[in-house]
Amino acid sequence: MNFKLIANISLLLLLARWKQTMVAAIGVTFSITMFITLLGFMNGLNDLLDGLILNRTPHIRLFNEIQASKLQPIDKSLTYKDHHNFVSSVKPKNERLEIYNNGAILNALKKDKRVLGIAPKITAQVFYNVGAIDLTGVINGIDVEAENSLFKFSDYVTTGHYIDLKNIPNSIILGKGAANKMLANIGDVIQVTTPKGERMQLKVVGFFQSGLQDIDNVQSYSSINTTQKLLGETNSYVTDLQIKLKDILLAPQIAKEYEKIFEVEAIDIQTANSQFETGSSVRSLISYVVGITLLIVAGFGIYNILNMMIYEKMDSIAILKATGFSGKDVNVIFITIALSIGVFGGILGLLFGFGVSELIDQIPFNTAALPTIKTYPVNYNPRFYIIGGIFALVTTYFAGYFPARKASKVDPVIIIRGK
Amino acid sequence: MNGNILEAINITKYFHDPLTVQVLKDVNFSVQKGEFISVIGKSGCGKSTLLYILSTMDTDFEGELLIDGVSMQNKKEAELAKVRNEKIGFVFQFHYLLNEFSVLKNVMLPGLKFGLLSEKEVEHNAYEKLKILGVENESLKKPNQLSGGQKQRVAIARALINNPLIIMGDEPTGNLDKKNSEIVFNIFKELAEVYNQSLLIVTHDNEFAKRTHRIIEMEDGQIIKL
Repeated sequence: MNFKLIANISLLLLLARWKQTMVAAIGVTFSITMFITLLGFMNGLNDLLDGLILNRTPHIRLFNEIQASKLQPIDKSLTYKDHHNFVSSVKPKNERLEIYNNGAILNALKKDKRVLGIAPKITAQVFYNVGAIDLTGVINGIDVEAENSLFKFSDYVTTGHYIDLKNIPNSIILGKGAANKMLANIGDVIQVTTPKGERMQLKVVGFFQSGLQDIDNVQSYSSINTTQKLLGETNSYVTDLQIKLKDILLAPQIAKEYEKIFEVEAIDIQTANSQFETGSSVRSLISYVVGITLLIVAGFGIYNILNMMIYEKMDSIAILKATGFSGKDVNVIFITIALSIGVFGGILGLLFGFGVSELIDQIPFNTAALPTIKTYPVNYNPRFYIIGGIFALVTTYFAGYFPARKASKVDPVIIIRGK
Repeated sequence: MNGNILEAINITKYFHDPLTVQVLKDVNFSVQKGEFISVIGKSGCGKSTLLYILSTMDTDFEGELLIDGVSMQNKKEAELAKVRNEKIGFVFQFHYLLNEFSVLKNVMLPGLKFGLLSEKEVEHNAYEKLKILGVENESLKKPNQLSGGQKQRVAIARALINNPLIIMGDEPTGNLDKKNSEIVFNIFKELAEVYNQSLLIVTHDNEFAKRTHRIIEMEDGQIIKL
């Protein structure tokens, strides 16, 4: 088949009705633009919202929990074996929240190839003493550097510098809400009390803002050593091990494994935050549906225009067939026309989509809850562009396929005789 | 090269819609190289139908059709298209030129489809054909800028581009005035006598037919005079 000739004929037929062609191409362009913009914007927002939680949540958290005994004495009695027992005489005892033998666990985890990093943490219940009253609070004792590299700690420290936490002894970074209540400024010294009655003075070196008001009102950060001192514990005392994996999807399975090996509680991110995943996948689904609907509508537009073109060009098709062009040639001509519209409109659509995304990316978006975000978030995942491009071609191909088949079946005799 | 370039053997054709009617009954004849034949007959006698069968565009018939000694039975649509492209040139009552293309390009199209020669050579040939027909000065115009007579001459040039075995015409002068009909007839005559081109022209212009080499007269789907 002579492709150059076929392409030439297609081009001339296209240009003969260039206004219609433009309308068809604009339809494709518009839908691809919207598809890309929608998905980019939607996913940008998704990433932002997920990041709020997911960036700061370990993939697996190892900890000890105070739990009631699973077996009460009466359960062991043979006499009352088949009875409904509600007497629970054994209460939870004062277990330590510490992870036993955490040095060995840490070493074992470091050797695990699936683990990206580990950040140990101590959670301590405290009271912030403000004048005559006490505010309840939580101090997270963290390994400052590990916390920053794994959980982007510095992003949320809005005032002050996060590394001061490590460099200045007995320092604290207060949650913005808590700091406001305490009227604390950087450089001030505040006093905290532990539930056991120990008191300690800490120097404020910064404020952090997570975007979740409830957290900012309560939580503060301190270095792991300071917290150990505050609680009066040895320097092997750690209550949580936060693990980040290379592949987040493996979290549930690895969590179960660790639970068994290390005899601690282990919770994976999927279990802890299942609602976020559901939310973001539904949002993506909606944007895909809207985008694809737009494309299909554009496809019908192309179908209509090609159909009309075929009725208009009946004579031309007939004479092409009479002078030796086969049905297949005619088919290829119309498919080429449809695909040219698709390629042309699609490429423009991808470019415009990128442009509009860029534009949205420049629109200021300031919210107190999200200190690091200055403009609307946009996701530039190449996957959307690839899907958009492929879908543009597929829709226009099918939009061209049926008219082209009709054209290839045109019987030259009927038209020529009809005149 | 002597012999039959086109041979029709017992061609019979029915129309089935709305009633089954026999339009051609056992048509037998052959065309020799260089013959200028006209087919005449009253309206509805089946002469156009016969032409479409002979041109391979209508394949729904009984009997046998040999073009250049090769049977056209059981050929696929694409193969028939190739036969039409390479061996048959068409001139219809209406010119059927593509308005999107220049005159020259219109003439070149079947040649380009044939693909035997390079584009440059096809262009040269097309120009030569236009010259034979005296419309070479219009070669860069669009068909809708030409007069009726000129368009028909361009259509003849297009029919000639692949040096076909035979040119088939369906009332090629039907839409033309006396003067242009005369021009077209003279062109056909010249093609037959100077270039030894075979022609098979359906017409109901008896004046036209009388001056051809051979007249085939049809009535009620049969040839009554060869």
